[in-house]
Formats: sequence, C-alpha cells, structure tokens
Amino acid sequence: MVPDATALMLARIQFAFTVGFHIIFPAFSIGLAAYLAVLEGLWLKTGRNVYLHLFKYWIKIFALVFGMGVVSGLVMAYEFGTNWSLFSQKAGAITGPLLGYEVLTAFFLEAGFLGIMLFGLGRVGKGLHFLATCLVSIGTLISMTWILASNSWMQTPAGYSIDPKTGHFLPKSWFEVIFNPSFPYRLVHMGMAAFICVAFVVGATAAFHMLRDRKNGKPVTEPVRVMFSMALWMAAIAAPFQLLAGDMHGLNTLKYQPAKIAAMEGDWESEGPASEILFGIPNMKTERTDYAIKIPYAGSLILTHSLNGKVPGLKDYPKDQRPPSPILFFSFRIMVGLGGLMILLGLWSLFLRFRGQLYNNKALQWATLLMAPSGFIALLCGWVTTEVGRQPYTVYGLLRTSDSVSPVMLPSMIFSMTAFVIVYFFVFGAGMLILFRMLSHQPSSHEKGADPENPLQNSHAKGATRLAQDLSGKRS
Amino acid sequence: MTATEYWLPVVWACLAAVGILIYVVLDGFDLGIGILFATQKDEEHRDVMMNTIAPVWDGNETWMVFGGAVLLGAFQTAYSVILPALYLPLIMMLLALIFRGVAFEFRVHAHNKAARCLWGAAFMGGSTLATFCQGMVLGGLLQGIKTTGHHFTGSALDWLNPFSIFCGFALVVGYGLLGAGWLIWRTEGELQAYARRAARCLGSLLLVCIAIVAVWTPMLRSTYLNTWTNSSSHAVAAVVLAVLAVLVSVVFFRSLKSGKDRTPFLCALGWFILSYIGLALSAWPYIVPPYITIWQASSPVTSQTFLLVGTVILLPLVLAYTIYCYKIFHGKVTSNDGYH
Repeated sequence: MVPDATALMLARIQFAFTVGFHIIFPAFSIGLAAYLAVLEGLWLKTGRNVYLHLFKYWIKIFALVFGMGVVSGLVMAYEFGTNWSLFSQKAGAITGPLLGYEVLTAFFLEAGFLGIMLFGLGRVGKGLHFLATCLVSIGTLISMTWILASNSWMQTPAGYSIDPKTGHFLPKSWFEVIFNPSFPYRLVHMGMAAFICVAFVVGATAAFHMLRDRKNGKPVTEPVRVMFSMALWMAAIAAPFQLLAGDMHGLNTLKYQPAKIAAMEGDWESEGPASEILFGIPNMKTERTDYAIKIPYAGSLILTHSLNGKVPGLKDYPKDQRPPSPILFFSFRIMVGLGGLMILLGLWSLFLRFRGQLYNNKALQWATLLMAPSGFIALLCGWVTTEVGRQPYTVYGLLRTSDSVSPVMLPSMIFSMTAFVIVYFFVFGAGMLILFRMLSHQPSSHEKGADPENPLQNSHAKGATRLAQDLSGKRS
Repeated sequence: MTATEYWLPVVWACLAAVGILIYVVLDGFDLGIGILFATQKDEEHRDVMMNTIAPVWDGNETWMVFGGAVLLGAFQTAYSVILPALYLPLIMMLLALIFRGVAFEFRVHAHNKAARCLWGAAFMGGSTLATFCQGMVLGGLLQGIKTTGHHFTGSALDWLNPFSIFCGFALVVGYGLLGAGWLIWRTEGELQAYARRAARCLGSLLLVCIAIVAVWTPMLRSTYLNTWTNSSSHAVAAVVLAVLAVLVSVVFFRSLKSGKDRTPFLCALGWFILSYIGLALSAWPYIVPPYITIWQASSPVTSQTFLLVGTVILLPLVLAYTIYCYKIFHGKVTSNDGYH
C-alpha cells in the first residue's frame, strides 16, 4: 500500500504545522524557566522584593505557556507513529530510546516539580521552592538536549549499522549516536535561541509599560525598569554570541550537509572564490537564481573563512537529492536579518546604558516593543532552514521522506489536518489572547500570590485552591 | 532464540504494562474529574474539583508520553503498526487532551462568565472524548489489527465496531468512578457527599461493564477463547481474578456506607488492576493481536538494553519524587470564603 503524493505532502505539512506550533512553547519555557530561577535566586540572595514581584508575575505566564507546551508536545510523541510509522519502524531502535531517556530524565522531572513551583510557594520552605524552580529549569534543558540529539542524529547520522535483512537502523555506539557531528552546534544554537526569545518578550513587555506610563504621565515603576534592564543585557550579550554559534553551526553543515548550504545560498555552480547572493529568487526548474544581487568573494569568506575557498553548488547533486532552495534561501535570510537587528538593538542599548539614558529613550522602547516576536520568528525560520534543508530525507542520505510515511490513506489525513488547523488556531489563539491580557497588566508590589514569609504549616483549608487562585490573580 | 532474546522482551512487556497501568489510574482520575463535570454544575464545586488535580495533572499525563516512548524504544514494530492502524481515535484523543489540558489555565484566567463556562465545557468534553477514544483504542487493539509482514494493511475504520464502542463507554464509566473516588478522598462536605452518590452509581455500572467485557473478549477471537479454556494456569487465574473482584466489590460498597474516605478510591484502583490483568492475560503473548508477539515486535537487544539500564535506575527515582510531590499537596482541598 503506497500512499500517494498528496497524502505524503499532507503528512509533511501536518508535521511541520504541529511541530512549528509546538516549538514556540518549549523555547518559551526553556528561557522563562531559567529567567524565573535567576529571579528567585536574586530575591533569596538580595532580599529585594522587586525580584519576588517579577517572579510572581512571570510564573503565571510560565504556567500558561508550559501547559500549552505539554499538550502540543504529546501530539508530537504520537505523530512519529501515526504519520511516520515506516520511519519509526526503521529508525525507532535509535530514536525511541532517546525519547525514552527524555521522558525519564526530563519530562517527569519538569512535571513533578512544576506543581511545587506553581502552587508551593506558601507550602514549602523558600529553599525547597527555589530547588523546585531550578529542577524545572534543568528539566527543560535536559529535555532540549535529548530531543536535539535525536534530531541531530537524523541530520548527521553516526554510530549505527543497517540490518541487511530488514533495512532497519541498528545502534552500534550510543555515544556516537548522541554526540553525532551536528549535535553540539545545534544544542548551543537552540539553547541561545530560547534565551533570546524570552529576552525579547520580557524586554518588549517592559517597553510597552514604559511607553504607556509615559503617555499617562506616570513614573516608570521599579519592576518594569529591572525587567527592561535585564532583558537588554541578555540581548546585548546573547545576540552577538548567537551569531558566532550560528557561524560555527553553518561550517558544520557545510562539512556534513553541503547540499543544504548550496540551497540556503542559492548557489548552483560549485566554485571558489564564490560570491555571496544577498538577494535573488532561486528557480529549481531553470537551475539558476534570478535577480541575484551578489557580493564578490563574500560567499567564500562567510562559508570557508577564506577569500578563495570552494563553495558547493546545487548542480553537484542529482535533481532528486536537492532540497527546495527557494524556501531555504528566504528562511535563512529572515533569520540572519533578524539576528542582525537584535545585535544592533543590543549595541544601541549598551550605548544608552553607559550614557545613563537607558530608561528614557522613547525610540529604544519602541524598537524593543516591535522586536517582541523577533526571537520566535528567527527560531521558526532557523528550524525551517534546517528541516527543509534535510529534504528529501528524514535520516540524511539514508532514508527518504517518501519511504518514511505511514500507510494512512488520504481521507484520514485530510480529516486530521483539518482538525489540527481548527483546534490549534482556536486553542492557541485563545491562549495568546489570555497571554496578551496578562502581559498588559503591570507587575507591581501588589502582585498576587502566597506570602512566602509565612509558609502554611497546616495544609488543611488553605490548600491548593487558595494558592491557585492567588497565583492566577483571581482574588476578588 | 537466546535467553536474552527471550527474557528481555518479557521484561519490557511487563515494564510497558506497568507504565500504561500507572498512566491509566493516574490520568484516569484526572479525566474522571472532567467526566464528572457533566453532573456538577456548581462553579464553586468545579473550582475545588479542578484544584484537587491542578498540581499533578501534567505529571500524570507524562506517563502517556512514557508509554509512547517505551513502545517506540522497546517495541518499534508494535508502535509502527498500532499507531497508523488506530490513527483516527488516537488523533481525536490527542486533540481532546489539548482541550482538557489548556482548560486548567484558561478557565482560571477567563475574563468573564461565558468564557469560564466555555473552558469548563472544554474540560468536560475534552476529558470525556479522550477517555472514550482511549477505550476505543483498547477495544480496537483487542479486536485485532490486520497486518502483513509486520506492516499495517487494514483500512482506516477497522477499529470501529460495537465492541470498541462499548469499551469506550466502559472506560468513561471507569474513569468517572476513579474521579469520584479521588474526590471522596480529597474533599469534604457537600462535594464529598455528591462524590459518594456518583461513586455508588458509577461503581454498580462499572461492575456490569466489566462483566460484559470479560465475557465478550474471549468471544472476539477463538485464540482468546482457547487461551482461557485450554490452559489450566489461565483457568486458575480466571477464578482468582473473579474472586478478588467480588471481594473488592463488597469492600467498595461497604466503604461507601461506612463513610471511609480513601477506601472507595483504592477499590476502584483494584477493579482497574484486576480487569487490566485479565485483558493482558487474554492477549499474551501478542502485543499486536492477532499476529505479532512481543518477540516479533521487539527492537534490537542493544536498544532494549540501553533503555532498560536507564529505566531501572531512573524509574524508582521518578516514582519517589512523584510520591513526594503528592505528599506536599496532601489533605482536604476546600474552597475558601471570599474566593467565589
């Protein structure tokens, strides 16, 4: 039973759609959990209440985002089987145990201590609560590590053999499977991306309140200033570092997946010295990039760090092994462009900070506000680049996407695709509205939540009910 | 087949069975709370009901991810046959679980009464549909999946038949009972009295359902019937299970009368465990009835061993801190004056 091309395309679109929605939430959770751990640590160390207020403010956002991450993530764990059963059958011996370890070392840890983190501030001591926050944060990082090991193995497979009878992948060395060539680069790049995403959300929230306060003639409150400052420190430090990490990731891709690089750059002929195409429209049929604006030598310089280095071209590869260049060309450029803007914003904030004008420059506040979604857009574009760039394979060079799909028929696929689109837009749309409404309230010294100075010894009568309602601001 | 090749899949089958059972009972009472929303309209009671599970529900749902991961990691063939075969009920279950999961936060943050009602309904509908789909998945699996050479070759609606629909219904009743038992344990006053009434009703209904499934399952396939009639160990097991079920029933109904708080929940657990063992014995050693055994579905020894090492070390740790976290939130949950 061979699924037709439409069913295959729908399976791909469905996976891209569900994973694209999903990745936003874990990225948000990874960055925000770390931010919350920092805030709580600072509060415990300095005793300054402003950190506690910010902690209580952002933990409500975290609860919302984490919940959406859990439910959209469960879909992913089963979609490998429902939509990509042949992939699971052939590569499950390798990706399955990695997923198993992710559950055992990360998911349980996060979910187990999340309850204490969200509802336990009045129930357990400060130290234990801080430990719970840290464990949740560490859980998000461990989770990222395993899933990126699995994803990276699919990009740059290592440590395997292939069963000659069944064609299944067999694990030979788990160390090589996990620490496959692209894994360290992808891990650093994604981790930084998560921190940057949250830095820009936090910064934009602060900027929004600064602009609104200014309009209403009110002074900017301390929590908002602290948020703004912390976020822009993060942007100033992390954005340039991300450029470096991205560059190294790119060199790694050039070594192991040169066709992906050629498609990202819109290069058709392998040449050296190669120019860099700033803008153009790659055409897969005519095998050229139309309207190209080129910078001589820049292609070699960027990709090989030398003026005359040889750069691959798509014509080096048979037509049925080329990733679709038009998508990669643009997704890559949007990501890099946004990265550039982030670096500029970081530098600008440093300049103003050292002149003592960080909090009263309206232009900077507007720029920070407008950059709110930049982290997430860059993140999605980055993933589009690396995942579409792996095509036409699921396991790079070894297992074609068309040989990975489930024997599920078109009507089922249409039904599920429609249902996913409707449900995701409705549910996560509602989630976004709630999120915006929460962010439009200022963090303040009246931040709702349990009083951590008086942990309740008696759990009766003052249980999770009250704390849950306190934390979620329902106290009337 | 070497000893390792024989025993490793057996160990994994037991681990997978335990993992799924833990999921069923833990998320069972969560989903049961949602199912009970259908008969509990009082918003204040609903708040308390949700708050009894708010700190633990996503830990409970994680066991489902564990089940999926174990299936993929230790029985890759089972994973890659069962999931496409039960495509539609599984996708519907996942979508329903989305509504259930987000309702916790969305309902609390609802800005007006209509939105609050909407997410209350999403919680109820999501929980009920997810449960119904899980029952249909179970029924569809027991009914058997058409395979050729370890690939699914059936059609999209093979799972849909009276037996799977009845399993879906039975599981809604069962999870509802777990939820009611949980509420008797964790609440007091009017809400607890309501939960007792619900438990009595659902308990009686579940007993009938269990009896019907117990008779219906061996009729599905001659292999099941042969398993139960031709093997003396199975015959003994059947008697033991039946006796225990009767015993649990007696304790259950007496505990409802005598006003015990924890016993009804534990009895409901007992019914689940006994039924589960019964179904597992019917299917054994087939992981994908009627053709694929646990040995045929197994991932290579290297994969099973690698995952086993981590599971043996980490699973006790997971259980330990899960129990610890439950303990922190022990005690009765009540609504407070002034929080209406």
